[in-house]
Amino acid sequence: MALVELSFPARPVHVRTARQVAVSLARRAQLAEEILDEIRLAVAEACGLALAVLRQARDDGPVAVDFDDSDGFTVEVRAGAVLPAATGAAALDVVADAAKLAAEDGEQLPAGAALAVLAEVAPVLDAATSAQGLRLRLGWPAVADLGPAGRTA
Amino acid sequence: MDLSLSSRLDGGRTIVEAVGEIDVYTAPKLREQLTELVDAGRRDIIVDMRKVEFLDSTGLGVLVGGLKRVSQHGGSLRLVCTQERILKIFRITGLTKVFAIYGDVATAVAADD
Repeated sequence: MALVELSFPARPVHVRTARQVAVSLARRAQLAEEILDEIRLAVAEACGLALAVLRQARDDGPVAVDFDDSDGFTVEVRAGAVLPAATGAAALDVVADAAKLAAEDGEQLPAGAALAVLAEVAPVLDAATSAQGLRLRLGWPAVADLGPAGRTA
Repeated sequence: MDLSLSSRLDGGRTIVEAVGEIDVYTAPKLREQLTELVDAGRRDIIVDMRKVEFLDSTGLGVLVGGLKRVSQHGGSLRLVCTQERILKIFRITGLTKVFAIYGDVATAVAADD
């Protein structure tokens, strides 16, 4: 595998599919089981944020997710909603604001919680926002960088 | 796997057993169940999460919402959770300080507030 692309309408039911694809591909890439858990959770949170941003924009999507195992394991989640242009930490703030506005009621955790989870489980977390939309890039380093515990035997 | 929920009474407390995945798709189902229980006068709730295979921040949000709702009525919402992968997300978000989390249902039922 090098690149696998997935695209789905902005509906919560499809986030599970994205999780399953992510875990299946990461398992094929022989990543360790605890890293599969991190990938599963990170993809869920990133797709959840993309959905929230699209909901705020009253946009049906799609949400696009690219998986790439050619250099470690990377996942890129994209959604086309008009957002202020930013990169890095500032872009994460833009996403948090947009997702917070999309909360249906006062019960949901602030989007900051989703970002806190992302930051904890994805060793590489990068974001960019623009008038073309949102891009969240999640990365797990290549095996050599992780050391012997990084992969199953 | 979808989320299935069942509830029963035990020692004056309502045990909600959750089985499956609590995510952005299924979390509304849990929210609905908790809301219905509180509206029906059940104010002391224990969510048994031992068979929950996945939990994301949306699910956490629903649990926090449930806790707020029972607290408004002087009630309690306790969790039973033993899986490290689920406990980890409570730790990351600092919610281990907010929820009383037990290793088994009997202890959660018997615990003093």
